[in-house]
Amino acid sequence: MYGKKVRLRIIFIISVLTTIALSIYIVLKLLEDNVVYFKSPTEIKQSTENIKEKIRVGGMVKKNSISLDNEKIFFVITDFKNEINVIFSGSVPNLFQEEKGVVAEGILQDNNLFFADKILAKHDENYMPPEVKESLK
Amino acid sequence: MIISNIGFSSLFLGLISSLVVFSCSVANVKKNSLSLSKIIYQFLTTQFFFVIIGFFILLYSFIISDFSNETVYNNSHSTKPIFYKITGLWGNHEGSLLLWLLVLTSFVLFFFIDSKNEPKKFRLYTIIFHQIIVIGFFIFILKTSNPFDTLYPIPQEGLGLNPILQDPALAIHPPILYVGYVGTSIIFASALGAMVTGYVNKFWAKNLKKWILISWTFLTGGILLGSIWAYYELGWGGFWFWDPVENISLMPWLSLTALLHCVSTLEKRDLLKNWSIILSIVTFMLSVTGTFLVRSGILNSVHTFANDPTRGIYILIFLFVLIFISFVIFFIFESKNLENKKEIFFLSKETSVLINNWFMMYFLSVVLIGTVYPIFLDVITSEKISVGPPFYNKLLIPFLIPFFLFMSVGPSMSWIKTNFRFKIAFIYYFLTTFTATILTIYYLSEKDLLLIILIFSLVFLFIKTVTNFFEKNTNYAQNLSHLGFAMLMLSILFNSISSTEIIKNIKVGESFNSKNERITFKKIITEEEKNYSSIIGFFEIKNDENKTIKLNPEIRIYNQPVIATSEAAIKTTFFKDRFITINLIKDEQLFNVRYQNKPFMIWIWISTMVIIFGGTIAIFSKKKNYI
Repeated sequence: MYGKKVRLRIIFIISVLTTIALSIYIVLKLLEDNVVYFKSPTEIKQSTENIKEKIRVGGMVKKNSISLDNEKIFFVITDFKNEINVIFSGSVPNLFQEEKGVVAEGILQDNNLFFADKILAKHDENYMPPEVKESLK
Repeated sequence: MIISNIGFSSLFLGLISSLVVFSCSVANVKKNSLSLSKIIYQFLTTQFFFVIIGFFILLYSFIISDFSNETVYNNSHSTKPIFYKITGLWGNHEGSLLLWLLVLTSFVLFFFIDSKNEPKKFRLYTIIFHQIIVIGFFIFILKTSNPFDTLYPIPQEGLGLNPILQDPALAIHPPILYVGYVGTSIIFASALGAMVTGYVNKFWAKNLKKWILISWTFLTGGILLGSIWAYYELGWGGFWFWDPVENISLMPWLSLTALLHCVSTLEKRDLLKNWSIILSIVTFMLSVTGTFLVRSGILNSVHTFANDPTRGIYILIFLFVLIFISFVIFFIFESKNLENKKEIFFLSKETSVLINNWFMMYFLSVVLIGTVYPIFLDVITSEKISVGPPFYNKLLIPFLIPFFLFMSVGPSMSWIKTNFRFKIAFIYYFLTTFTATILTIYYLSEKDLLLIILIFSLVFLFIKTVTNFFEKNTNYAQNLSHLGFAMLMLSILFNSISSTEIIKNIKVGESFNSKNERITFKKIITEEEKNYSSIIGFFEIKNDENKTIKLNPEIRIYNQPVIATSEAAIKTTFFKDRFITINLIKDEQLFNVRYQNKPFMIWIWISTMVIIFGGTIAIFSKKKNYI
């Protein structure tokens, strides 16, 4: 039907396309499993399902809510509508203060308690992560 | 006030000069004279001269703290040390763009002088394409980010530079990185110029390689400085976070590395013409995209500073114009540079270069997807996500194994065809690698199979590269960079496997244990400096053998702007770093103390310097025989 050369070329193109499609699929699949979603306290309160995977919670550190012992730091993240208690063990960035924006990464215990293992640093005292800005609106 | 007006006018005259260069070059293409018009050279010099004037005026305003200048007002303060007054120039958007323009105009002048022996038309077209970029940046600066905006009434005091940027490594980081970024503009212009004039051949490749090496070496240096800064200034004890801004500097590096290998094939064998052109274009696009993403504030990164949407849109339009021009030129003139129909044998250096390029493109795509996917998802579904290290680890580490193995044998291949003969030496390589791997695994007590194979391939690469130094016909510059890369990967691997950390909230006088060490918080003192006050903690670390190490981490509270930063205290030894940071939480008595053991940390820096050293030798090498 077709010449040998054409056939070879078609096979080559098809195999290249399948490889690309396959690798894109694998990459996207991996992305899905490894991304960290950002939620605001309100979103957490409103969600009906239990979130089991790692998430980020952002908002303001509530006034007078920070307390600490030798191992842990306790504080409350608020978006002025809802709030969530956070237990954190780890080191805090310099700009971690009450009434300042904060993003914490960790796992939800229930929709009232969040175990954080990371608090994200920022470079600029006026800088607010875009997610936080939006969730405070 | 007047001086700022001079600065602005100088930049404006610079724009006019670059328009003159552009139109003269276009006119000169049509003439059949053998030599280039003198006017082009004169105006390339004037253009550079005007940018220099603008640059020095801004520098002067920073040094004398002239707060009538808005850029100075926003980013400087009279109590700042003189060194940071100077580096404050490029610690902000406007100033850094002026620096970018300075490098851009000096490079095109340097290209003009350096390319005297190249064909006339090729030089002209390269200058035309490069001037398009220069003009684009001139307009960008004058329209959206004028560094000479003035303020009235004149403020008494400036707002100050973000203290986190007041650091020696970060002070010289932007200029070095920019030389790397901007060098790719010459590569891009020269690729288009060669395409149009049908000059994509070994002579072009030979000339281009110098520019690639310059960009590549500086980019590597810039990335190194950024990592060193992140390591001791951000206080996390890491040096690479897969943060979007870091990824953005890594992407041009990957494509430059691919291009560096690819262009040697073009030089030696007259092969891979189109691919070299595509890589040249891609590399520059990645550099501009990097600027766009960092400056537009689209990226959600810990490094994001202030931003302004109109700037983002301008760079985006500019980027589209450049991509459009390159596409058109590529398809119109592709037939002028026909690919040689040469056969590539399986066991040859050509194949090794192709394999290298394949891996580089794969790494590049992974980093690219990880960086832009969150942006797309946000635009389409307004879902906020972030892509962390696990994603990169899972996608990159398995592919590093074959990459290391190919990299070990690739440089030993010959051009055209390699005659493979079994040598006794292979058994020695294998045995040494095997023994070394077993010792390493035993030392690290590592049980993960994937990591064990990774260590094996890496040790093999290391041993093979070292022995290459004793072989005939070895290219020392190239082998040195490869050795540096092998060392870098080894140090990163050991570092990430065996780093430990412990975090406690303790009072003065208390202590805690970390493995076989006891850390005691002795006392704190406070000191007043010119532009900050500091709280210094005194820590003592005692190990089993009763040796004592003293570390004094610091919290600095800057007065303008009021920001607290943690200065890590680091004790560097040959085999490991001890790293300690403290932080105040509220005004309580408890300090948040973080103590880390980071093995082989200094080797990460040393091996990157070895890579850079290899690149530097290649730039100055007379032999022009790099790969």
